[in-house]
Amino acid sequence: MDLELLSRIQFAFTVAFHYIYPPLSIGLGVVLVGFEGLYLKTKNPQYAQLARFWIKIFALIFGIGVATGIVMEFEFGTNWATYSRFVGDIFGSALAAEGIFAFALESGFLGVLLFGWNKVSPTMHFISALLVTLGSMFSAVWIVVANSWQQTPAGYHLVGHDLAVRAEITDFWAMVFNPSSVDRLLHVWVGAFLAGSFLVLSVHAYYIYKNKYVEISKKAFKVALAVATVSALLQLLLGHHSAKGVAVNQPAKLAAFEGHYDSLAAADMYLVGYVNNKTEQVSGIKIPGGLSFLVDGNFSSPIKGLRYFKPEDRPTAVNFVFQTYHFMVAIGLLLIALTLYASYLLWRKKLFQQKWLMLVFAFAVLLPELANQLGWYSAEVGRQPWVVYGLLRTSDALSKAVKQNEVLFSLILFTVLYVLLFTLFIYMLNKKIKHGLDDFAIVADENPTTKRDNPIMHS
Amino acid sequence: METFLGIELSTWWFAIVGAVFTGYAILDGFDLGAGAIHLLFKKEESRRIALNAIGPVWDGNEVWLVIGGGALFAGFPDVYATIFSAFYIPFMLFLVLLILRAISIEFRSKEPMRWWRQMWDVLYSVSSALIGFLLGVVLGNLIIGLPIDSHYEYTGHFLQLLNPYALLTGATTLSLFAMHGSIYLVMKTEKRLYTKLSLMVHDTSRVFVVFYMLLTIVTLVYYPHMANTIKRYPFLIAVPVITVFNTINTRRLLELGKYLAAFFSSALTVALLLITFAMNLYPHIVRSNINPLYSLTVHNAASSSRSLTIMLIIAAIGVPIIAVYTSFVFWTFKGKVKLDENSY
Ligand code: HDD
Ligand code: HEM
Ligand code: HEM
Repeated sequence: MDLELLSRIQFAFTVAFHYIYPPLSIGLGVVLVGFEGLYLKTKNPQYAQLARFWIKIFALIFGIGVATGIVMEFEFGTNWATYSRFVGDIFGSALAAEGIFAFALESGFLGVLLFGWNKVSPTMHFISALLVTLGSMFSAVWIVVANSWQQTPAGYHLVGHDLAVRAEITDFWAMVFNPSSVDRLLHVWVGAFLAGSFLVLSVHAYYIYKNKYVEISKKAFKVALAVATVSALLQLLLGHHSAKGVAVNQPAKLAAFEGHYDSLAAADMYLVGYVNNKTEQVSGIKIPGGLSFLVDGNFSSPIKGLRYFKPEDRPTAVNFVFQTYHFMVAIGLLLIALTLYASYLLWRKKLFQQKWLMLVFAFAVLLPELANQLGWYSAEVGRQPWVVYGLLRTSDALSKAVKQNEVLFSLILFTVLYVLLFTLFIYMLNKKIKHGLDDFAIVADENPTTKRDNPIMHS
Repeated sequence: METFLGIELSTWWFAIVGAVFTGYAILDGFDLGAGAIHLLFKKEESRRIALNAIGPVWDGNEVWLVIGGGALFAGFPDVYATIFSAFYIPFMLFLVLLILRAISIEFRSKEPMRWWRQMWDVLYSVSSALIGFLLGVVLGNLIIGLPIDSHYEYTGHFLQLLNPYALLTGATTLSLFAMHGSIYLVMKTEKRLYTKLSLMVHDTSRVFVVFYMLLTIVTLVYYPHMANTIKRYPFLIAVPVITVFNTINTRRLLELGKYLAAFFSSALTVALLLITFAMNLYPHIVRSNINPLYSLTVHNAASSSRSLTIMLIIAAIGVPIIAVYTSFVFWTFKGKVKLDENSY
């Protein structure tokens, strides 16, 4: 395998592995803030119990998110040196802002969140939860801004020539608010809320299914279901808005999403399908003119198809982009159906009797995780052959000083390490879930003189 | 290049990047050092206490590395690109070690089995030591200079990076962290572990002094360019002189049992050594030993003035905020470590 392919596989593998964790961290953070807030408001110790239980799981997820994230930060330099030289002037400020505003906040208060039960007041503990969650949401801001700049560059000019050309910033706010960043940031955030809330739903559905911790699990389920239902509905709107943006800014990518080849013709929308990359034929179930309608409100509007672009300027893995995109959308629709149905049953007070539905929810945690991954695959592979859209090709972006064997070596290293890491993660998660909530129950404060102490500490 | 207070922006950024990495060395230095001597504690309870002494803060400390990486990328993209692709293999190992260390801390106390805890303890300690060592190896190579060509690309082989001088800087860094970490631990512990550590700090500080003297002599003999800046501005000789006095002072404070003061003093040693390094490197960042013209300097490797200005604003807003809440976190966890149900 050549250097380019190896580097791409390594980057894709490490970032995709990293991205298993951040959405769970962000989303779980939001639910935790909910639990701690409800505890402050109602003083019902069950919410404190929930918070304590979930913080343990949060720590596990967050820890692996941090560990795998540091790899990403340096991989731009190790594997994509030419890219780093090209984008450094622009990208650097986003990454620096991320470190200063986001990572420092989340990691700093994480200590208080995990170890501070006996050291700070419940209100301060709630604030720590809030700050950690905000910190993780901020970190999504800067990394998504950087990535969006790479999709839809703005606020820059090019200096130098030939090999030494690089982008320099001319307008910071135009760079930050480049055409796709707001759409994509919201979509990423809400994707994370879905991931986190479905994790909570899944564990408590499992408990309800097993007839364990039923009362407390119902409480948790309701909080998480509220977050999930709102997010699922929002995600459709946000995704749709993103797609309209892609139609304007990255037409070749949009064409790949729907396997639309004809250069300027009405475009169909497929529900399911298969693209033959060689013959450029698509087969499947379609809504004729559907894509034209979604983009333009008119079934016969012409849309630029892949043949409109020079062969070297269009994505090659069209079927891959098509499938990942369609699966994401399908999952999005499924999540809407699932959460709406559950909310309806909750309203009719019939939800928790439906054992089969609890079983479905127990497994449903995989759906948003999958959609998050698929979303990135379609956005990133659809951007090919460009690493910076229209400006720098992926094949030109590599490190010149790095040799093929070295990348092969590191790729094997990371594969082994991440398999180990993932095994440990699942093992620990499973253990904590099996172990249950008992350890976290609150015993009434026997010694009222220790006022300074957090009542939560007496376990 | 535009200036701020009469100093070029790129020089400001050289100082800022330097300051962030110094912050990293001081903060992660003590928890890496604590890890490096971890296996010297034999009792299970001692190990848990030692681990929990760094428990709430090590992750926050590591963020300084992330910020440093970001600041380097932002301020000097060419340096970021050149160094990390040049040190590809050592860096990948470094990243793997960081991950292994993080999961050792996370997982060690999660199971009661002896073999389980022993395994993670060894991994934790070895990775902590190697991380410190590798950081020193990088510094050593930056002192010697790298074979950088006219496109700022590294042309050497990775084994070249493991030369005797770099191994010496690696060992010195490790000994510095071990001293720093043991002083931190003695502050945070009580009873038996405290007694043990209060003896150990003398050994770790002695070992450091030996390496420090050795390194100084070897550098002056083989790499006299590391004194160029001092030759040009003789008053800067103050920096190494203060370092020497400060090191003596650390030893004195340890004798007196004033551990908090000794900890600040060893933090100052870390800072002074890095300042000595940086001021003699300046204006170079990565020296080319093929042709001095190919070296990456603060002038040819910096981002545009506009970008540097923006980031200066970001740093000016962000850093004081970080300082405030980092102090808050350290304040929250002040005092001796007590194990409770939230501990590792
Ligand atoms: C949607 C958000 C998101 C995305 C797209 C990424 N990350 Fe991430 N990252 C996070 C959201 C996040 C997070 C939520 O802030 C962390 C902290 C805990 C966690 O699980 O993930 C995280 C941790 C984390 C850390 C450790 C920070 C610390 O020490 O606290 C680094 C250096 C990075 N990431 C860097 C990256 C890079 C270079 C990425 C792209 C290639 C990337 N992340 C994609
Ligand atoms: C965390 C979510 C992300 C996922 C799952 C993801 C996924 C991918 C995938 C699958 C590729 C390989 C594409 C290919 O080889 O065809 C890739 C490449 C790349 N992505 Fe991302 N990406 C993510 C976030 C980001 C972010 C936030 C950035 C930058 C800020 C980024 C920058 C890059 C770069 C530089 C490449 C390498 C060049 C290339 O192969 O295209 N990615 N990513
Ligand atoms: C409901 C229907 C959905 C639609 C119409 C939709 C649409 C889109 C579009 C058009 C993109 C590409 C944006 C770009 O390349 O600039 C995208 C990316 C993405 N999607 Fe979705 N999406 C949907 C559901 C979901 C769900 C349910 C999740 C996760 C739970 C999700 C997570 C993502 C992620 C993480 C990305 C990559 C980041 C980005 O480019 O915004 N999507 N989506």
